[in-house]
Amino acid sequence: MTTALAPKRGGAKPRRTAAFRAPLTGIGLSGQVAFWALVAIALLALLGPLFVQTDPNAVDLDYAYAPMSPWFPLGADASGRDILTRLIVGSRTALLGPLLVVTIATVLGTLIGLAAVWFGGWVDAVAVRVIDAIFAFPGILLAILATALFGSGLPAAVIALSIAYMPYIARVVRSAALRERNLPYISALRVQGRGGFAISARHILPNVSGLIVANATLCFGWALIDLAALSFIGFGVQPPTADWGAMVGSGMAGILQQAPNEALAASALIVITVAAVNTLGDRLVQRSENRA
Amino acid sequence: MTDTSSTRAIATRSTGSARAWAPTVGFIARRIGGLAATMLLASFVVFGALYIAPGSPISFLTQGRSVTPEAIAQLEAQYHLDEPFFAQYFRWLGGVLTGDFGHSIIFNDSVSSLLGQRVGNTALLLLVATVLVLALGLAVGLFAGLKPGVLSESVIALATAIMAVPGFVAAVVFMLVFSVQLGWFPSFGAGAAGWDAIYHMLLPAAALSVASIAFVARLTQNAIRSELKSDHVQTAVSRGLPYRFIVRRHVVRNAAMPVLTVAGLTIAGLIAGSVVIEQIFQLGGLGQFLVDSVQKKDFPVVQAICLIYVAAFIVLNTLIDLAYALLDPRISLGKKAS
Repeated sequence: MTTALAPKRGGAKPRRTAAFRAPLTGIGLSGQVAFWALVAIALLALLGPLFVQTDPNAVDLDYAYAPMSPWFPLGADASGRDILTRLIVGSRTALLGPLLVVTIATVLGTLIGLAAVWFGGWVDAVAVRVIDAIFAFPGILLAILATALFGSGLPAAVIALSIAYMPYIARVVRSAALRERNLPYISALRVQGRGGFAISARHILPNVSGLIVANATLCFGWALIDLAALSFIGFGVQPPTADWGAMVGSGMAGILQQAPNEALAASALIVITVAAVNTLGDRLVQRSENRA
Repeated sequence: MTDTSSTRAIATRSTGSARAWAPTVGFIARRIGGLAATMLLASFVVFGALYIAPGSPISFLTQGRSVTPEAIAQLEAQYHLDEPFFAQYFRWLGGVLTGDFGHSIIFNDSVSSLLGQRVGNTALLLLVATVLVLALGLAVGLFAGLKPGVLSESVIALATAIMAVPGFVAAVVFMLVFSVQLGWFPSFGAGAAGWDAIYHMLLPAAALSVASIAFVARLTQNAIRSELKSDHVQTAVSRGLPYRFIVRRHVVRNAAMPVLTVAGLTIAGLIAGSVVIEQIFQLGGLGQFLVDSVQKKDFPVVQAICLIYVAAFIVLNTLIDLAYALLDPRISLGKKAS
């Protein structure tokens, strides 16, 4: 990155700016609605817990399954804890896990995809074989295996899912970078004596970044579902920590007692978030395919 | 190179000589070779997991339970812990290939007989879910694709929303509505053999497959729409062929292959989702056994079930891949798809 200081000519400037200057163009109305819904959910997770007055883990069995009331806007769960408070506080846990998964998977996948394209030959062959082999493991199965090894909890699940989602990004990056590599401007850069790392990092990467962001968005939705499912069956987030998936799980008892608020409210938040993420991701993928 | 091989493929196909099958056999052999390589890698990961775990293998297997020296000796003998790593692996792999998954630590029984009692429930769940995905997904998609209008548009919008519903959320909602409030279906258990078992599987299978049904419906609608717009269908319409004939011969036949392929892959994806669903409805299949065994730290069982699921997933994927390539006459084998 030391060469980044060198003055650049207009022609060599990456096209990156177009995608970042106007992140909301070309994704249609549904994409914009989804985007702003996600902004709202992110704000809820970032700021919401600051305004919460009640302790999310305060147990009071007198109020077990308390109905909706001014004191319990969404009712209370089996231990008399305020459901709304736990949903707000749990949004951080529920969103942080998938965020970590997507970040790790995207960074690793991008590195592997770019390296496979640039080095080609046996590096590419090994990368493809590894990608195929990891694809053979459904993410949630790998995560269950990991929790069997390292104990239940978010860390094992997040690492396992990061590995499981990595090949998805790597495959997308590899095929996009392969296309990019055969374009004349890459040959021009090579003739000028630019090194493989500089070309990959400063020219190919910016040009495939739109596609990476789009697919990372889709991965976020799947990772959220997988992590919520793991917390639901008790292998992910551990009690008493509030988490949407874990709340659906603990709300199961309430379902049979005709007190379904906890499970339904947490389910609704999961579905809304995933629907928004999927819509935005689909639109972003469409956009980068149209531009390519 | 590509040109000559494709012309040769066409030539041999048209003459119908014995060599016409050569590219097909080669293609199948390559795919099965890839399958074997992936399975080998997967089995290596599942076996090697024992060594990634913190602590020594024997302390991981026993998990601080008070075990008799005989039990430890049996574990050591079972895993051949005194041998080098690769010797252990190939011994284990040889056992797996002959159906010997070792001994359960909790149940003091052979893993394969424990799995044998449970595999039926899982298979039934996946079978009912498959039927639901194909029947409902294709029917809804076909309807929405052939009859454009407000109704089909809203059906597709609904399908898009349903695709965001995770299986366990669907399970919770279905259980609340259909078994707790309406009382139409049982909440838990796998039921007695026969029709009762299928009846018990309906709600779990619906929860497992609802997102896939929506996905397949959207996919089918898309494929039908784009076929209807295609040139050969327009030509058929202008030739004055009857509408039903056009739909049957030109639209559905062309849309079927890609749709069935992706639907097949979606169904293969249900294997992993079934673990959570089985746990919710206590169906007593492999998935519930996997969750139980992770909780009880019965590692030989965890290894066996993980391996079986991964194997089923890979084999299904390969079969669908093969079927697609072999059944679609437009795909010529023995070279890269163009």
